[in-house]
Amino acid sequence: MATDLQTILPELILAVYAMLALVGAVYTGKDNLTGPITWLTAGLMAVLALWIGTGSAGSTQAFGGMFLSDAYARFAKVAILIAGAAVLLSGQEAVARRGLGRFEYPLLIALATVGMMMMVSAGDLMSLYLGLELQSLALYVVAAMNRDSVKSTEAGMKYFVLGALSSGLLLYGASLTYGYAGTTLFSGIIGAATGGEISLGLLIGLVFVSAGLAFKISAVPFHMWTPDVYEGAPTPVTAFFATAPKLAAMGLFARVLFDAFGGAVGDWQQIISLMAILSMALGAVAAIGQTNIKRLMAYSSISHMGFALMGLSAGTALGVQAMLVYMAIYLTMNVGTFAFIMSMERDGKPVTEIASLNQFAKGEPLKALAMLVLLFSLAGVPPMVGFFGKLYVLQAAVDAGLTWLAIGGVIASVISAFYYLRIVYFMYFGQTEGQAQAPMSPAAWVALMGSAAIMVLGVVNLFGIETAAAQAAQALVN
Amino acid sequence: MTVADFAFYAFAVTTLVGGLFTVLARNPVHSVLWLIMAFIGSAGLFVVLGAEFLAMLLMIVYVGAVAVLFLFVVMMLDVDFAELKAGMAKYMPLALLIAVVLLMQMGMIYGTWQFADGAEAARRAVTPDMTEVENTAALGQLIYDDYFLLFQLSGLVLLVAMIGAIVLTLRHRKDIKRQDVLAQMYRDPAKALELVDVKPGQGL
Repeated sequence: MATDLQTILPELILAVYAMLALVGAVYTGKDNLTGPITWLTAGLMAVLALWIGTGSAGSTQAFGGMFLSDAYARFAKVAILIAGAAVLLSGQEAVARRGLGRFEYPLLIALATVGMMMMVSAGDLMSLYLGLELQSLALYVVAAMNRDSVKSTEAGMKYFVLGALSSGLLLYGASLTYGYAGTTLFSGIIGAATGGEISLGLLIGLVFVSAGLAFKISAVPFHMWTPDVYEGAPTPVTAFFATAPKLAAMGLFARVLFDAFGGAVGDWQQIISLMAILSMALGAVAAIGQTNIKRLMAYSSISHMGFALMGLSAGTALGVQAMLVYMAIYLTMNVGTFAFIMSMERDGKPVTEIASLNQFAKGEPLKALAMLVLLFSLAGVPPMVGFFGKLYVLQAAVDAGLTWLAIGGVIASVISAFYYLRIVYFMYFGQTEGQAQAPMSPAAWVALMGSAAIMVLGVVNLFGIETAAAQAAQALVN
Repeated sequence: MTVADFAFYAFAVTTLVGGLFTVLARNPVHSVLWLIMAFIGSAGLFVVLGAEFLAMLLMIVYVGAVAVLFLFVVMMLDVDFAELKAGMAKYMPLALLIAVVLLMQMGMIYGTWQFADGAEAARRAVTPDMTEVENTAALGQLIYDDYFLLFQLSGLVLLVAMIGAIVLTLRHRKDIKRQDVLAQMYRDPAKALELVDVKPGQGL
């Protein structure tokens, strides 16, 4: 038991911290402590990321294989923790300004992070489900945080009802899988699923589990909730939705597909590649007509998930590496973009219309330039890092013989470039004056400028993320 | 047909009928009563399986507490269920179509169902031998020892649910008067009272 606890020590520390801080804040300053607690939570998450990132190499498992700690889990955890901390800090001032500064907010984010860390380390269908629920439940609550707003309540409600439905699908698939294999451990399932043809029961189990997980990453056709939830939830919360949980769900997806269903790659490849092409296409086309930047980012995230799924659908170590690199870049871009969106306001009131950015570059050239870099990177325009992420997944798809998927991805990428460039056009060459301003806290400014700088400077060597992702992929696929 | 077979079919029919009428009953209070019947049937099935502790738990917790709570909630809610069901008729054809497709798929799965080699052994390997260890001890071993991590995680999930309920519903109203016992006790009579000598025939 002692070694087991040692393996889950980072999760344990974060969970215990959240509980202690909760009790401490209830008995003392309550909502006045939101600022310090936010900084403390983000600091702890950063320290844990550093610790996990520099910690012991190799793979260990705990609790009879229910919890796995390997290079793959460590890569995902570091990215989740850093993204979570960055979003917490850059959103802290926006949260306070909108009157949502409740001390439970950073702690719910911390608990959601514990859930996400459990997800990417799951080695059993049961620990997978509990990690997923811990994350989702915390996110449902923060989506409805702004309880005086009808839209926020609607977002929370929609997310909750559809999330419960997807959990039901996932559990049904898990029970079919268990029924066939006789065990919920991934190591046992993969033993039962090898040998070319897999049983019909296991196949349907795989389909249901994939459907449940596809909902969490908002891949088409399980994407309907995304625009409404992104629009309705308070913007700092939307920023969180668009970053860490996406990587966690994607990491979990890859974990299940390779660790549990690694013997049936041909079967799930069809599902994943179909979802990939649909997500890329719908995300690219549906975003064109959007006037609200949060809804636009929702469709943008659907499209990006399609690209990440393309890497996954290759079914190779290179594909997983491409997916991890793509997700890490996606997280960085979104942290910066949302740091900007959070600060958009007109006459002291938050705005989200794209038209309000008209002629924004005249007032604030530096911020406009940072946004230009980020939007170019999101679109995948060559000199930026976002282009290399796309190149990676396309390469993986072509290497795996999925040329049609790669061609579809390129077409979708060209279409989606239109709406990213449209925002740039509005900012620089808008006809009327939009009067939007973007007053930022120092943390948000650092997040915006930092991620824009990474998008430019990263072209040199992607900050060595490739080697780490390659090691992670090697640990997963073998 | 042995007694065990007979008991199984009796309890299974009870459970199914209870479940069916929970959905079909027009009056929600009747629905809850049918639900209680389904619980009792399932408890019987647990006894047939040899899981007497779970059977008792189902009776005490679900029938005794949860169902009664349901009953109170249903009685207190002023929801027009007939109106809610009116919308159902509109989507009935589509729902039936989906249900038929799902049913056929399930028929296909279970018609050709086969277990993996060693699935049965793997399933039994987790639980202690029933003939040697009694129910409660076996459950304790599983929940608090083998599945310790899952048990604690479930606890965290419930904690988040509790925080969520408080965050979303608790409001500190500022416009109402609250009793402050200490302020009352330490109140200085000299500041609160004024003795006035009222002269006869005059007011203040």
